[in-house]
Amino acid sequence: MPYSPLIVNPMRQELTSVGVQELTTPEDVDAFMNDKDGTAMLVVNSVCGCAAGMARPGIRTALEHERRPDRVASVFAGQDLEATAHARGYFDDVPPSSPSIAFFKDGELVWFMPRHRIEGRTADDVAADLRAVFDEHCATVAAS
Amino acid sequence: MGTFHQGKHDLHGITVVVETDGPDLFVGRVDDIDDRGVILLDADLHREGEAERSREEYLDRAARFGVFARHRRLVVPVDRVTGIRRLGEL
Repeated sequence: MPYSPLIVNPMRQELTSVGVQELTTPEDVDAFMNDKDGTAMLVVNSVCGCAAGMARPGIRTALEHERRPDRVASVFAGQDLEATAHARGYFDDVPPSSPSIAFFKDGELVWFMPRHRIEGRTADDVAADLRAVFDEHCATVAAS
Repeated sequence: MGTFHQGKHDLHGITVVVETDGPDLFVGRVDDIDDRGVILLDADLHREGEAERSREEYLDRAARFGVFARHRRLVVPVDRVTGIRRLGEL
């Protein structure tokens, strides 16, 4: 059963406040996933400690990097059930876990961070892994 | 570990590979480890050659993507356990 929005909203805002687009419906997911140009990162958010202590802070740090995905979005496992299930349907040969992070290039899944590569690590570890993926696949973002 | 999990084994909440003295290999998230054995949640079991995959092929994919949780909860008896490794370290 989903938690109260009072509890979950800060967990959403921790990502949306740094530009992560939140996908709360299957239609949102389709719109995001059907844009196959360039690089895209999809975060499966979660209420658990791994998301709070490692995944979300690590993602926030990584998105400060000079190279970033063209588009970043999130679905919230356990909260936006249909959107999350629909998103996972785009890579249904990957076991569901949360938190987790999927990275796409030109519509293809090229990298995945499952929960077990987040648990027991630090936010800096997560950020470092993400920066390495960004360096490999993403263009430098022009300074504004 | 953590505010709400005191009293649990140090590996509580960590996804591990449990090797046994037989052909079975288990992957799951540790709930606890006690004198009964390793209590795993959201676990999978692989038997050598199952789905035409070797143990190494299975673990390679598990390390990259995780496993499908075919078992909500299972206990690997202590007398069968020959090793426990963190999946994230593979």
